[in-house]
Amino acid sequence: MAKTVCKATRESFGIALCEMAKTNKDIVVLDADLAAATKTSIFQNEFPERFRDCGIAEENMLGVAAGLAAAGKIPVAASFAMFATGRAYEQIRNSVAYPQLNVKIAGSHAGISTGEDGATHQCLEDIALMRTLPGMTVLNPADHYEMMEATKAALMLDGPVYIRLGRLAIDSFNDPETYKFELGKGITLHEGNDIAVIASGLVVNEARKAVEALEKEGINARLINIHTIKPIDREIIIKAAQECGQLITVEEHNVIGGLADAVCEVTSAECPVKVTRIGVYDRFGYSGPAWELLEKFGLTETNIKKVIKETVGK
Amino acid sequence: MSGKSTAELKVLAAKARLGAVIGTYHAKSGHPGGSLSAADMFTYLYFNEMNVNPSNPADPDRDRFVLSKGHCCPSMYAVMAMKGYFDWDELTRLRHIGAMLQGHPDMKRTPGVDMSSGSLGQGISAACGMALAAKFDNKDYRVYTVLGDGECEEGQVWEAAMFAAHNKLDNLVVIVDQNGLQIDGTVEEVCGIEPLDKKFESFGFEVAKINGHDFDEIKAALDRAKTVKGKPFAILMKTVKGKGVSFMENQVGWHGKACNDEEYAVAVKELEEKIARLEAEV
Repeated sequence: MAKTVCKATRESFGIALCEMAKTNKDIVVLDADLAAATKTSIFQNEFPERFRDCGIAEENMLGVAAGLAAAGKIPVAASFAMFATGRAYEQIRNSVAYPQLNVKIAGSHAGISTGEDGATHQCLEDIALMRTLPGMTVLNPADHYEMMEATKAALMLDGPVYIRLGRLAIDSFNDPETYKFELGKGITLHEGNDIAVIASGLVVNEARKAVEALEKEGINARLINIHTIKPIDREIIIKAAQECGQLITVEEHNVIGGLADAVCEVTSAECPVKVTRIGVYDRFGYSGPAWELLEKFGLTETNIKKVIKETVGK
Repeated sequence: MSGKSTAELKVLAAKARLGAVIGTYHAKSGHPGGSLSAADMFTYLYFNEMNVNPSNPADPDRDRFVLSKGHCCPSMYAVMAMKGYFDWDELTRLRHIGAMLQGHPDMKRTPGVDMSSGSLGQGISAACGMALAAKFDNKDYRVYTVLGDGECEEGQVWEAAMFAAHNKLDNLVVIVDQNGLQIDGTVEEVCGIEPLDKKFESFGFEVAKINGHDFDEIKAALDRAKTVKGKPFAILMKTVKGKGVSFMENQVGWHGKACNDEEYAVAVKELEEKIARLEAEV
């Protein structure tokens, strides 16, 4: 196992974007005055001729991206998740998703872990918004290595993709020697049949710590990492529902519209089981240090462990 | 460039108007008013201005057209049918289930449509993206987009205008069809946009103001646009909404409804007589 790196996934995204751009000259990048924050600045420094700052004008940025894609380029449009998917939602719907244009939308500073900036910048609805768009691929990678591979896969896919990036530096848990990213395929990180925990994004590592700690207490929970929220891996969810009997979802997103709903849509149709949802319960965030907020919202190891124990009944 | 004569262009534009009336009548819906006001510009663009070839609609080096005021597609479809992109009879299936010709332009369904559009304010941004792609690729194709005057109330139009000037998109021509009317009334009553020329100038555009029904003025403006370097070009064309059908001219009510049987008969008769007169002049 390679040593753990502590990196924000926005940075991993910037690095991977740059790597891909070296061999693919069609990749161009747009940002909306947040290049230093979204880390498209890494690309900007290396390929200034293929970078355009659109200024604080996200709606136009998404439209420009659509036009670039219609003319054969591979545009990446980056901003905070809130503004990329919220402000420019209708531009994404009508100018990108409807014509199925090859635009990659990168939403950084997603979730409560955006921290001190508070509710206006803590986007908890981006996955819900993007998931409802026909033909949109929705990615929510969980650590540095996964983000690197997911970014590459997104750029190689011909079609619209939303990729969620985090602000907070987090420890990696995947092993780059063995890690394989397969679009639309969940990854079982821990075997077990007492219950299945299905997590996505930054909280996967918290769920991993919880599951591993509980193993010592005699609870064998299965842990599944869903990096592709759409198209979701139906097979892995149905199998988990059948073999474990009940599920817990964990996400740094409103429980409405995100991973929880994506999982419930599969189980309710194919294998109805009880699904306990860990996430943000239909509310806005507030200012504070990221880890303290994650703790308050029950998205860290402590609460995940507690919920697993309660749910399993041990 | 094929170079149609003005007399030939007048015939084609009258036929485009007839196509818009036929299409919306068969659809029992649609937007004849703005289709008729922009018909002359569409005709000139497709027949005399743009480097496009209906037998190779995906040519990467072609000029691009984005109908930002997408609801005015009926006359654009008619022009495209006459140009040879698809059969004229498609117009009678406009807006029908499974139709090639959707209520608003759809690049996936209609050959020759360069961008899906219809949500106002968005087409101009896509046109900027195409113009920027030409710059990235060192290609010399040009990008044309037609907006409504009411559409200029959308904030995105001005984000795009800023972007176009900042990026020196001198391969972009933004055309505003100033027929003066929108759904709720005249543009000046609803939420005035004037002085539009000064707005575009202050946003960094070179601006021409023309009569959008005069082919000599259309030609002069589009020719001038090609001589301007380092900045985008805007053509503000004064037009008559509903132009060419007597009872539709300058009537707000004809923004978004189709002719009934009696109105259809009158409109078709007027346009067919006009076409016959114009053909005699060719």
